[in-house]
Amino acid sequence: MSAAEASRTTNPVTVRTQKVRREHITARLVVFGALAASLLVVAVLSPLLCPCDPYAQDLSHALEAPSAAHLAGTDRFGRDLLSRVILGSRPSILYTLALVTIVAAIGVVVGVVCGWKGGKVDVVLMRTSDVFLAFPGLVFALAVAGVLGGGMINAVIALAAIGWPKYARIARGLTLAQKSEPYLAAARLAGCSTAQLVFFHLLPNIAGPLLVTAMLDIGTMMMELAGLSFLGLGAKPPAAEWGSMMSESRSLLQTAPWTIVAPGVAIFVAVMVFNLLGDTVRDYMDPSQRSRRNASAGRNSSPKGGLPQSAACAVRETQEESEEA
Amino acid sequence: MHRYVIRRLLQLVPILLGITLLSFGMMHLAGGDAVTALLENQGVAVTQDVIDAKRHELGLDQPFLVQYLGWLKGLVTGNMGTSYVSGKDVFQTFVSKLPATILLTFSSVLVTVIVAVPLGIVAATKQNRFVDYLIRVLSFVGNSLPNFFVALLLILVFAITLRWLPVISANIGKTGVAAISWTGLVLPTATLAIAMTSKYIRQIRATVLDELEKPYVAGARARGVSERRILTKSVLKSVLIMLVTLLALSIGDLLGGTAIVETIFQWDGVGKLAVDAITMRDYPMIQAYVVWMAIIYVVVNLIADLLYHHLDPRVRLGGDD
Repeated sequence: MSAAEASRTTNPVTVRTQKVRREHITARLVVFGALAASLLVVAVLSPLLCPCDPYAQDLSHALEAPSAAHLAGTDRFGRDLLSRVILGSRPSILYTLALVTIVAAIGVVVGVVCGWKGGKVDVVLMRTSDVFLAFPGLVFALAVAGVLGGGMINAVIALAAIGWPKYARIARGLTLAQKSEPYLAAARLAGCSTAQLVFFHLLPNIAGPLLVTAMLDIGTMMMELAGLSFLGLGAKPPAAEWGSMMSESRSLLQTAPWTIVAPGVAIFVAVMVFNLLGDTVRDYMDPSQRSRRNASAGRNSSPKGGLPQSAACAVRETQEESEEA
Repeated sequence: MHRYVIRRLLQLVPILLGITLLSFGMMHLAGGDAVTALLENQGVAVTQDVIDAKRHELGLDQPFLVQYLGWLKGLVTGNMGTSYVSGKDVFQTFVSKLPATILLTFSSVLVTVIVAVPLGIVAATKQNRFVDYLIRVLSFVGNSLPNFFVALLLILVFAITLRWLPVISANIGKTGVAAISWTGLVLPTATLAIAMTSKYIRQIRATVLDELEKPYVAGARARGVSERRILTKSVLKSVLIMLVTLLALSIGDLLGGTAIVETIFQWDGVGKLAVDAITMRDYPMIQAYVVWMAIIYVVVNLIADLLYHHLDPRVRLGGDD
């Protein structure tokens, strides 16, 4: 690959195509960024944007098909579905973003501490993260949400409990890869304290791959959060939330499919926008994909003294960043 | 190789301890709630005296460590208590529901491999052509659809509108695997396979593209080896190695991740069992589900790692330091 790579970078034609590709990625970033931002604006301003009161029941107009008066139809209580879908963006999007932020923050703190300190702290924390990774899929989240007894906050806690180890592993690997870099030694010689080193020198240098991972996770987390609500372990029925709206209307699939389709399409669109943005951010961060390989190589390097990474874990990590060349 | 196996087995010990500790500790998150739930399910008037008596009867007033060790012993001997709801043995119930989930898992894995491998390879070999874009768009859409929406859409189209397939899938339960309605297997399998296929196609496409850039492929081409031969003889091999690990993860995820799909299709497996148990606050059942799912997942992963180790000499050489 190195020979091909070298000839590619020296060839003037491919340099130009790379530039075009770069501009293409920037354009995509602007478009999808704007789309995601507008979703966010809708979520924040949702109470103001609803055409009707999303909680006003009107039984004489229950289960009406989409019409001019109710663009997405009405549900079994005659509530305007469009308004409920708009209001539903608030819990779905805002809680998801909060969840991703929390999970990434916990993971990065743990991972940086592990990579930086090494030794016993590293072993204990990484073994702990191994235990959390040993629960497949949503199993542990389901149980935690079940024990805590539902509610959006509890659903977020449940998903955070299974989400942080991935970030901890990535942050640890990146920290290890950066730790021996000369710039850190230079900063240390220049008189930086450990806190300064970590915050002003290490973190900016490992932020990229972590940001990409977080962006790529938004869509998945949104679906998982909605899934918990769908099972009755997140938002509770009167509240307008996409997952619980679909669960509430499940029995109406035959008679009033729009009650399912409206919130379903909303989740789909939101997840897709954030997935597109995530992919674009990844491409923007490493257009040649060469740095992608370096990053994952650094991630898999294990410290002296053990914690060899299993093949499964390596795949689990790279799975998130499968390329879209 | 033997040393590697032994080391991997030793690594399991702390993980298994952690899994059991977490699964058991969750009960304590619920606190006295569990006893209240039990008594409410039995229809007993809940007073503090009754709660205390029941706590004593269940040994819940003993120190945490004593309770944990007792529970651990039960886990090993298959005696994990009785369900708060049905009064039946928890472990027996779990085991009786497992075949249905395993069947669903394997059928969706099978469909995924059959669909995703050819599509991923086609997308890679026709890179940036129309077929590639089409496959990529479809896999992107599949990746962005939550499985409960897919399930409901499939029901709407194939069960309600076209009436080709039943909505409710299976009636396994006591009669065993023989009573499965095969037509009922189609929709839940399709639901799970759609999400997985979308993910796999991207992975396989990326792997094949990666592989095709390697010098040995250029060498083979220079020697006049046909593209088809390069694909089937060399590239497919690397795809298969990647599939082993990917599948191990998916099988674990599916075993534990089918809760939503099983609930929608009333598929009588462990996922539905867990959701029902959570709804009824049937804590012993939840514990059994969580701990056994984790154990199964860990074992499946171990087998995959050993297999991977066996298949790919590079891992063997690099990983054994």
